[in-house]
Amino acid sequence: MSGQGQRLNVVPTVTMLGVMKARLIGATRGHALLKKKSDALTVQFRAILKKIVTAKESMGDVMRSSAFALTEAKYAAGDHVVRHVVLAQSTRSASLRVRSRQDNVAGVKLPRFEQFVDASANTDKSADLTGLGRGGVQVQACRAAYVKAIEVLVELASLQTSFLTLDEAIKTTNRRVNALENVVKPRIENTINYIKGELDELEREDFFRLKKIQGYKKREIERQMQAAANFAEEQKVELISLQKGVSMHTAQKLSDLLSVGGEKDEDIIF
Amino acid sequence: MANRVQIPTNNSALIAMIADEDTVTGFLLAGVGNVDLRRNTNYLIVDSKTTVKAIEDAFKEFTTREDIAIVLISQYVANMIRFLVDSYNKAVPAILEIPSKDHPYDPAHDSVLSRVRYLFSSESVSSGRR
Repeated sequence: MSGQGQRLNVVPTVTMLGVMKARLIGATRGHALLKKKSDALTVQFRAILKKIVTAKESMGDVMRSSAFALTEAKYAAGDHVVRHVVLAQSTRSASLRVRSRQDNVAGVKLPRFEQFVDASANTDKSADLTGLGRGGVQVQACRAAYVKAIEVLVELASLQTSFLTLDEAIKTTNRRVNALENVVKPRIENTINYIKGELDELEREDFFRLKKIQGYKKREIERQMQAAANFAEEQKVELISLQKGVSMHTAQKLSDLLSVGGEKDEDIIF
Repeated sequence: MANRVQIPTNNSALIAMIADEDTVTGFLLAGVGNVDLRRNTNYLIVDSKTTVKAIEDAFKEFTTREDIAIVLISQYVANMIRFLVDSYNKAVPAILEIPSKDHPYDPAHDSVLSRVRYLFSSESVSSGRR
């Protein structure tokens, strides 16, 4: 066991070591990339934050001026005229619509709204006639003011949506960065250390075994050398006794005498 | 990847409104009003007789409809259904709180703006940590 932190459950082999090293390199590269992505998103995020604050302020102004324009129109054209005509007539298809498209910031898709006038809708003509009797200028001015307000609001809406999306994306990215940094990389490093330690251990064991075998072989050879030397000595003695003409029997005795020394002295009579 | 926000690319979406009569009148004049074949409107006029239940239903309907990209809601109306607005966390349709004529705009109540402010203050504190 590596002892420190947790590690992957692998067989400690050289192949596995290679695989683990490759994974560590991959994790390091991924970590660097994600960090870059997180930075890019944060930059974008701060820019959007600033824009949102200013847009919210300008929205207040625009809404106030458009409300004032509406009051003017009501005063000029008459309250019930505007209300009746608007509520009764514009109940068809919307002429002012929004289309949404996507911006791509560092792999995160941000929605962008933009407003456009749908030419096919037929409410324009009837709205043009509103206030034909009196106060037409004010009604048109009011219309323009509210269209302007919609522009600002649509802008603000796309900023706000980007803000929420980016917030989520930054959270996810940071979570991944931290997971790689604090969980995946240490785990792989622990595994590599474990495999290295285990391999070293194996090598030492092998070395020890070789040493043992070597020692055993050495001792064996020495023993054989000794035996060979003894045999040569015997041969030599026999040869000498033969040369002196002593019979095999006496030679045997002689050799016994030589080998045993003076222990059997009392048996010798002559 | 499971919780990735899907942003539909809609070529012609609507703007829905929940507001007082004057605001709705103004926007209708600008031409955002839409009534479909079933006589469903994309706006709700809130007056003193409108119940909170009706506002809630309208809010839920507008946020689940697929052809609506932005929901404009008057701030004092949003305050009535604050719990719904705050628990709403989808990107599309976007909820936008707008000031109304006789209720001054209070940035402290805006759910998004309060988050923005929170992030601003927390970011300036933890900017070194990130």
